[in-house]
Amino acid sequence: MSQILAPLTIEEKYADMIRQRENEDGSELSILNLGPTHPATHGIFQNVLLMDGERIIDAEPTIGYIHRAFEKIAENRPFYQINVLTDRMNYCSSPINNFGWWMTVEKLLGVEVPKRAQYLRVILMELARISDHLICNSILAVDTGAFTGFLYVMQYRERIYEIYEELCGARLTTNMGRIGGLERDLSDTGFRKLRAFMKDFPVAFKEFEALVSRNRIFIDRCVDVGSISAEKAIQYGFTGPNLRAAGVDYDVRIATPYSSYQDFQFEIPVGKTGDTYDRYCVRNEEIWQSMSIIQQALDKLPEGPYHADVPDYYLPPKEDVYTSMEALIYHFKIVMGEVPVPKGEVYNCVEGGNGELGFYLVSDGSRVPYRLHFRRPCFIYYQAYTDMIKGGLLSDAIVILSSLNVIAGELDA
Amino acid sequence: MGLTNEIVIEKLTAKFGEEVKDFTNDYGMLAFEITSNKNVEAVQFLRDELGFNFLTTLFTIHYPDNDLERQFAIVYQLHNWVDNVRVRFKIFLNGQNPEAESVTGLFPCANWMERESYDFYGIIFNGHPDLKRILNMDEMVSFPMRKEFPLEDGNRTDKDDRYFGRIPQNTNAN
Repeated sequence: MSQILAPLTIEEKYADMIRQRENEDGSELSILNLGPTHPATHGIFQNVLLMDGERIIDAEPTIGYIHRAFEKIAENRPFYQINVLTDRMNYCSSPINNFGWWMTVEKLLGVEVPKRAQYLRVILMELARISDHLICNSILAVDTGAFTGFLYVMQYRERIYEIYEELCGARLTTNMGRIGGLERDLSDTGFRKLRAFMKDFPVAFKEFEALVSRNRIFIDRCVDVGSISAEKAIQYGFTGPNLRAAGVDYDVRIATPYSSYQDFQFEIPVGKTGDTYDRYCVRNEEIWQSMSIIQQALDKLPEGPYHADVPDYYLPPKEDVYTSMEALIYHFKIVMGEVPVPKGEVYNCVEGGNGELGFYLVSDGSRVPYRLHFRRPCFIYYQAYTDMIKGGLLSDAIVILSSLNVIAGELDA
Repeated sequence: MGLTNEIVIEKLTAKFGEEVKDFTNDYGMLAFEITSNKNVEAVQFLRDELGFNFLTTLFTIHYPDNDLERQFAIVYQLHNWVDNVRVRFKIFLNGQNPEAESVTGLFPCANWMERESYDFYGIIFNGHPDLKRILNMDEMVSFPMRKEFPLEDGNRTDKDDRYFGRIPQNTNAN
């Protein structure tokens, strides 16, 4: 273990810079420790900042405060138990993570999902995208001083959670879906709640946009703050709304359609300058596009089964497990990992709330993955944060972090 | 005229000859293996000549049962957004002394991904600007994603290790 590098501590590194600057022009730089638990950063992010007054000269992010070793745990868990790990990555839009994981497993096993289940998955994933973007944009407004807009839309996140509850019983960490489809069809109450949401939400969201989008203070705080060019964004591995705000129309839903996204008409909004305001606008427009996708899916929702007929992988309903021998045997086989799993390496990605959420699954034919790698969009684009805040004001750094929508759970996995 | 897997295979074989091998096309993605010292060249060739403009992901797999020379695999996955073609390749590294050239010069986003590989597998990336641990604490001395480490944490202090057959081996005494 002689190769372990002795890292220079951040304080040592900055102390040299401070002395140097003091000798040069007598200015007094200071070190500011922002985080790990600062209320304005919405999550566990530590940044040690080298400040010249209000201006940031240099920054050193430290991540991993809520690292839970999901990739290691996943190497010891059968497929059904990995779903709960994916919930806890981007917890603002866990259904997308859940279905992304199931689609990876289905790709490996070669399971064909029926149309109705695919459409229902699309509805749930788009609801998740709405709640994810809603959180990001309304909190961005709070960070710039507009609390009211947040209160207008937050109850609609609750209404989305109530729709999740109708399907899976959980709200935040949903653990939704099964291999081959869904655990149950969306109930009548669920559809009623969904239709009510579709009717009420646009009214409130229009109010939110009217309050915030053209607000003088908001625009002053956001325009030209944290700009990133398209070339740089690609080099830094941006995906999702943050990349599209820079003007690149890459969207996994279009590039490699999954779960019948090819059946729906929708547009990919792009920005121009990649600044905070563009990111805000792209997310807002994506919410409208998601609403349109949900409406189309509801209109075209086919009848039929809500899960594939794959008794080897689809957990039988609980009441059958208690009453019928066959269901009990299948349940036992699935839980104990006695079902055939092919060897192979498969990559599957979905458009998560923050970008391309990828699952790379290496299977050696046993009940647990040999290796499971999560391509977490936050982890990859958060590297650019240091570059984006350098030279800016401290208050801008908070706004940029908020608009990038870095979710600590996804960042640290 | 779109880029197809056949063209990629043809061009790579013309460029790297014997050093590129094992082309597979499982689950719709072209995959191959390349000699471990050609990784930067391969990434550069794919980026500049074949238009693979995006490094989707980079990570490591540990194969402790392989020969010593092939115990670690680094997977590079690239994506050509214009023709929408994905490709991934592996390089295999020595199990005792895993070292590879860094691709941060070509893709800055590889920075943290390589740090993650160092943190969890102990892969040394030559030419990396700031190779240190990223998600684990700096005091840690082991590389926890290697297969020889069991899932349970060896340095819990809320249990008396003598009764559980464990010694705290995972951290530096200081």
